[in-house]
Amino acid sequence: MIEIFGIPSQALFGQLLIGLINGSFYALLSLGLAVIFGMLNIINFSHGAQYMMGAFAAYLILQYSGLGYWPALIIAPIIVGITGVIVERLFLQWLYKLDHLYGLLLTFGLALIFEGVARNYFGSAGLPYTVPESLQGGRNLGFMFLPNYRAWVIVASLTICIGTWFIIERTRLGAYLRAATENPTLVRAFGINVPRMITLTYGFGVALAAFAGVMAAPIYNVSPQMGSELIIVVFAVVVIGGMGSILGAIITGFGLGVIEGLTKVFFPEASNTVIFVIMAIVLLVRPAGLFGRRT
Amino acid sequence: MERVVAPLAKKPSALRTQSETIGFVVMAAVLVVAPFVTYPLFLMQAMCFALFACAFNLLIGYVGLLSFGHALYFGWASYLSAHAAKVWGLPPELAILTGTATAAVFGLIAGSLAIRRQGIYFAMVTLALAQMMYFVALQMKFTGGEDGIQAVPRGHLFGLIDLRNEMAMYAVVLVIFLGGFLFIYRIIHSPFGEVLKAIRENETRAISLGYKTDRYKLVAFVLSTTLAGLAGSTKAIVLQLASLTDVNWPMSGEVVLMTLVGGLGTIFGPVAGAFVILVMQFKLAPIGEWVLVIQGVIFVACVLLFRRGIIGELANMLRIRL
Amino acid sequence: MRKTLGLAALAAVLFCGAANAQQINVKIGVLSDMSSLYADIGGPGSVAAAKMAIADFTKDHPNVKVEMISGDHQNKPDIGTQIANQWYDVDKVDMIIDVPNSGVALAVSQVANNKNKVFIVSGAAASDLTGPKCNANTVHWTYDTWMLANGTGTAIVKTGGDTWFFLTSDYAFGHALERDTMAAVEKAGGKVLGKVRHPLNTNDFSSFLLQAQSSKAKVIGLANAGGDTINSIKQAAEFGIVKGGQSLAGLLVFASDVAALGLPTAQGLVLTETWYWDANDANRAWTKRWHEAGAAAGKFPTMIHAGVYAGITHYLKARLAMGPGEHDGKSVVAKMKSISTDDPLFGKGEVRADGRVIHPAYLFEVKKPSESKYPGDFYKLRATIPANEAFRPLNEGKCPLVSG
Repeated sequence: MIEIFGIPSQALFGQLLIGLINGSFYALLSLGLAVIFGMLNIINFSHGAQYMMGAFAAYLILQYSGLGYWPALIIAPIIVGITGVIVERLFLQWLYKLDHLYGLLLTFGLALIFEGVARNYFGSAGLPYTVPESLQGGRNLGFMFLPNYRAWVIVASLTICIGTWFIIERTRLGAYLRAATENPTLVRAFGINVPRMITLTYGFGVALAAFAGVMAAPIYNVSPQMGSELIIVVFAVVVIGGMGSILGAIITGFGLGVIEGLTKVFFPEASNTVIFVIMAIVLLVRPAGLFGRRT
Repeated sequence: MERVVAPLAKKPSALRTQSETIGFVVMAAVLVVAPFVTYPLFLMQAMCFALFACAFNLLIGYVGLLSFGHALYFGWASYLSAHAAKVWGLPPELAILTGTATAAVFGLIAGSLAIRRQGIYFAMVTLALAQMMYFVALQMKFTGGEDGIQAVPRGHLFGLIDLRNEMAMYAVVLVIFLGGFLFIYRIIHSPFGEVLKAIRENETRAISLGYKTDRYKLVAFVLSTTLAGLAGSTKAIVLQLASLTDVNWPMSGEVVLMTLVGGLGTIFGPVAGAFVILVMQFKLAPIGEWVLVIQGVIFVACVLLFRRGIIGELANMLRIRL
Repeated sequence: MRKTLGLAALAAVLFCGAANAQQINVKIGVLSDMSSLYADIGGPGSVAAAKMAIADFTKDHPNVKVEMISGDHQNKPDIGTQIANQWYDVDKVDMIIDVPNSGVALAVSQVANNKNKVFIVSGAAASDLTGPKCNANTVHWTYDTWMLANGTGTAIVKTGGDTWFFLTSDYAFGHALERDTMAAVEKAGGKVLGKVRHPLNTNDFSSFLLQAQSSKAKVIGLANAGGDTINSIKQAAEFGIVKGGQSLAGLLVFASDVAALGLPTAQGLVLTETWYWDANDANRAWTKRWHEAGAAAGKFPTMIHAGVYAGITHYLKARLAMGPGEHDGKSVVAKMKSISTDDPLFGKGEVRADGRVIHPAYLFEVKKPSESKYPGDFYKLRATIPANEAFRPLNEGKCPLVSG
């Protein structure tokens, strides 16, 4: 029997790299959630369902137009982002004056609807979607075999994460957005169309979720419940990172990926639980999260 | 920041506690007659969930704390109660007590951790704790994992009354439900309850008046979890099983839904909500594919349009308190 | 009160029935998962299969009148128990069939025992249903964990896959599957090099697959189910596990899972099933009628659907042999055990004393994309396991009904 303790250093590097890759995926997924909460104070419980819609959109795009992975990476988030805009205009805008709670409950209800509809039309087993030709295969790094697709995941995720952070924290558009959240009336007085910014921001956050969905389609099972399985983990990431902080979500995503990866090596049965243990601890010690700005 | 709970009837009158008393009498009368008309097992399950929802409502409706992990107490109490009845061979009243006590202990531990935070962070902590305990339940041998604890004996109440008799079991469940309900009613309409409502309205002011709000919140939390545990323990004996569904987060979501549909912050709301949701689940069973969608639609509709819930709207129309 | 009413109703029926000589009234409930995880392997497809079974039987025997209802247990034992109780007590259902999800099946089995009615399991896998938790009212059709473990395990070792590494789902079902397969592998002369347990509903298996790769075992046994299996296989393809020379043994895989994976990813996978839609002309014809009976187009029937059809057929045979009137569950099941089974789908077999139905099992391998000529053309047959070898021997089950 192979013992898990005393794992040779070669294998350990392999696991660390895998943890990093998973972390980049978590970061990408939690980015959208952090943007939506940070900018809009909405807890978007339908994030998982929108992630799922991104993956399904990729599948449908392939089925009906023959366009593969690369076009889908752009088209799917746009389509799902538009549905996000519709959701915001139809439902969410009435809830801004109320307690956070109602936003959470509404998006929770929407998540059920999306998942239920997907399940009725596509069944629950899942749909096939393969890794695109250009990214198949991998290279032997010596300590492990790294599939090309996984390398792509890190690259894409880092790009999007840094790009989003840059837009929000370092550009004028981002500044307007942050100001609009802090003091909408004042910003409106300056002539900036605040409601439209809010709508577009929500759409952008949803598009990010869908983008993560397309990235996931080739490697994870494309099924209606793929979102609800991940959503709780993603919430934990965002909460630990600090619900208002984009940078927090990114760093926590990567960090948790590594920690989870190490747990899978030394205590695999607990790899699901470790994130929640950390979340509970962080919330008790630093309630605003590691990088959070509001208490 | 707006209050969670919709404002009550505009003209509080001397009738307000009277309306609640009348409501209680009507509810009790209906429940006494119902088993002769409707399938008793269904009613018993509905009462257990109604008690669960009432316990949850105590926290959200009257203290303003949203617990997103209440399934922890419901589910673990049902596990312990099932285990006590089946493996330790305890009579049903002691098994139910065991389960309830478990929920109280868990509530105390979880509460003292979670109370330190407010609002959404409080909800997230409760969710995190519930998820951890779900995975613990999944792995521990005594819970039976995916299979759950099956074939839990109904037993003999006080060693005398055979609870396999549906009517006897029903009477027991009815007593437990009405007792729990009255207990909650008593909590709400008491000086303690007034302080809770004050905390919900404006915690800072309550603190400035000298109340140790954390302590009040903790006591309310433990009471809520204990009653949720009572509901879970009873359910385990009635349905003769305890399973993972009871500790999983969709169950926490369901109790939120029941309370929302029925009416947050009304005393009869959760009862109505529980019955409505359960009836829906069973009536929809033949066309099962749409259950998830319909639940989602109800959630959305309630949040957007019927924020007061069924009982809340009714109370508002009649200008009474329910 | 109910009993008197029942007797009065019986008398009324018999009286009316006197004009209608031998009319036999049967009410069947198809209890399945219509809306979540198992909706594809059971669900509406089971209802369609049931309709077909009833139509076929009553065509040949018009004096048997069968009513059918269906319900969704949503994978929750509470709801399953509630529905089963209500169906048996209030709706006068005689027999419940299907129930994917072992937890629910175990619960319903208890209810059937309490109410002395009949329960035929087609969807669930727990071998305990005919083991320590067996009872005289339950019949277990189609498959169970022991058969899966043994079929796949033994057959693979015999064809050269003699070193194994297990990727196991960390809960009772996974452990049972791992335990049974390990026993089968070692009995056939193979060796288990290692194992790793992953939490239920894990998304990412890279870490575990890495461990499996470094073990250098010839066979990686996937002791998990559903989404976990699909994810493991999908990611194994990514990591080039099969290309690197190791093979994957899916211990619980359905044709719908293969459809979800797609052939490029699933090719080479070895698995055991007891029925395959494309195995012969009779099955193909049945599948065509299954689609006409209301099953979703584009989906293919699984062995569970076939089990529902066969189970109902055999039950009706037993009821026909017993004649009109009310018969309690135990006596009907005893009758089912006394008649050997013979239906167009599973061939010849029998219902054993412990409630286990034995019929042949088949070892399949998933075809390469180039070998598949049309949608649904997934499997090639590797071996046939005869009925008396496919299932756990009667005396090993620890069922209280056997010996005692």
